[in-house]
Amino acid sequence: MKLRTTGGQAPNVLGGLAATFWLLVTIVPIYYILVTSLKPRQEYFGTNPLAWPEELTFAAYGRVLENDFALYFFNSALITVVTVGVVLLISLLASYVIVRNRGALAKFSHRLFLLGIAIPIQATIIPVYYLIVQMGLYDSLLALILPGIAFAIPISVLILTNFLRDIPSSLYEAMTLDGASHWQMFVQLVLPLSKPAIMAVGIYDALQVWNGFLFPLVLTQSSEVRVLPLSLWTYQGEFAVDIPAVLAAVVLSCVPILAAYIIGRRQLVAGLTAGFSK
Amino acid sequence: MSSTTVPSRPRQRRRTSTGPSTWMLAPALIFFTVFALIPLLGVAVLSLMNWDGLGTPTFAGFANWRTVFSDPVTLHAMWLTFAMTVLTYITQAPISILLGVFMAGNEKYRAVYSVLYFLPLLFSAAAVGIAFKALLDPNFGLSNAFNIPLLSQDWLGSTDLVFYVLIFVIAWCFVPFHSLLYQAGVKQIPTSMYEAAMLDGAGRVRTFFSVTLPQIKYTVITSSTLMIVGSLTYFDLVFVMTNGGPGNATRILPLDMYLTGFRSYQMGPASAIAVILVVVGLVISLLLNRLSGSDKMESQQEGA
Repeated sequence: MKLRTTGGQAPNVLGGLAATFWLLVTIVPIYYILVTSLKPRQEYFGTNPLAWPEELTFAAYGRVLENDFALYFFNSALITVVTVGVVLLISLLASYVIVRNRGALAKFSHRLFLLGIAIPIQATIIPVYYLIVQMGLYDSLLALILPGIAFAIPISVLILTNFLRDIPSSLYEAMTLDGASHWQMFVQLVLPLSKPAIMAVGIYDALQVWNGFLFPLVLTQSSEVRVLPLSLWTYQGEFAVDIPAVLAAVVLSCVPILAAYIIGRRQLVAGLTAGFSK
Repeated sequence: MSSTTVPSRPRQRRRTSTGPSTWMLAPALIFFTVFALIPLLGVAVLSLMNWDGLGTPTFAGFANWRTVFSDPVTLHAMWLTFAMTVLTYITQAPISILLGVFMAGNEKYRAVYSVLYFLPLLFSAAAVGIAFKALLDPNFGLSNAFNIPLLSQDWLGSTDLVFYVLIFVIAWCFVPFHSLLYQAGVKQIPTSMYEAAMLDGAGRVRTFFSVTLPQIKYTVITSSTLMIVGSLTYFDLVFVMTNGGPGNATRILPLDMYLTGFRSYQMGPASAIAVILVVVGLVISLLLNRLSGSDKMESQQEGA
């Protein structure tokens, strides 16, 4: 019954309303976290939890920062940088071989990595724990880095291979004619051309490592090697009656990710597109 | 005079096009084998062992499997995980698809919306769990906010409500990621297809079902796989928010695995639970891949 003109042009009021509703669902809890972290302790107990603070204060942040937060922050930063650095390098090398080498081993490895995405690999935590204990690495930052690298490989290889396929083979041929080795092609061609994908994978992996909870919970114990997500959990016990401080810690733990997101949003979205939506 | 050398040339070229040597593959392969594949086999072996997490594992036969399948707590956990997989899927998938389609539009205000939608992705599951726990506190949280009876509930203390609260919080966490995938998928649909649909007089709903949805088929499969496999690993959020309680109302399988293994020190039964998770995840992923009609990953590789 409807005529042509309704096609795609009439404003989609229902869609807009639904989208705005989800926006509220997204924003309200975040607003709550921010507002509560800026309240004095006493005000938290007395007022409407969603009300703007009557007395704005950063005292809760002060209480968190006095409390070894810097150490946990440093631990998180260290494992994130090392894990992501290694993952990027070895996944990029692997993806280069998978895309450029038609051999059986390359194909087999590709399938193996894809399998890693298809199975809930966190279910292997018990043998990983056993392995880490046997290696004498329990309760060290290395205990978080090594499995962290392994678990980030599948998704990184998936995204990178999808991206590397788009490098025209004529570029490789040109370099071959110039007598370049495969290693030179990797450094002079693949590395510079896959910069956007490297950024995307780097941010994605960093997000996973930075926010990881299960490995630190199972593989570490001492506060010297505690990382941020775990520290939030322990704060919850220590500061049971100081919710503004707990939520201030939540905010602080997001700051680097927020920064990375602001810098790399475009690449992240582009990378996800290349990785998942072809 | 060079007629004899001509046939050899293509062969040579083919040899160089087999590409870089496989040693470059070795580091990734070794890491993955040691910390993912061997543990994958290890967890199956450990499910046949008695082990308290400290001493030496001893062989136990199928005793752990019998324990797991006769333990009402674990059976309940299986049911909860099944319910959680279904419920999280039917809530997240439609919201993510609709949001993704919405975000793929070109107006400026949609861009602002998409930036804001993304924000939950910045929080760790631990952070989200802690924040929602405070927000849903019966004394100082939302219940206390506006004297609205509907909002004044003991959200996490009620065995009837808590499970649905978790479904909601999980959606809050993961819808942003999946709607982002869908946004990207929709953006790749050629506009000419929409113009054709418009010329044929298709309305918005018709266009959605006849153009958009079939065109994002692979995104649907990828996103569904990640959602379903992900629902087998929701551990941290549930651990932080409810620790399985009240009672066993939210003790889903991954949490049951953790509590059995690392709190009760029964690594054998815990490994059996882990094997169940792996098998279920694998079967569902393979099924989804079959359902999609073609193995997308392979066909892509062969077409490269």
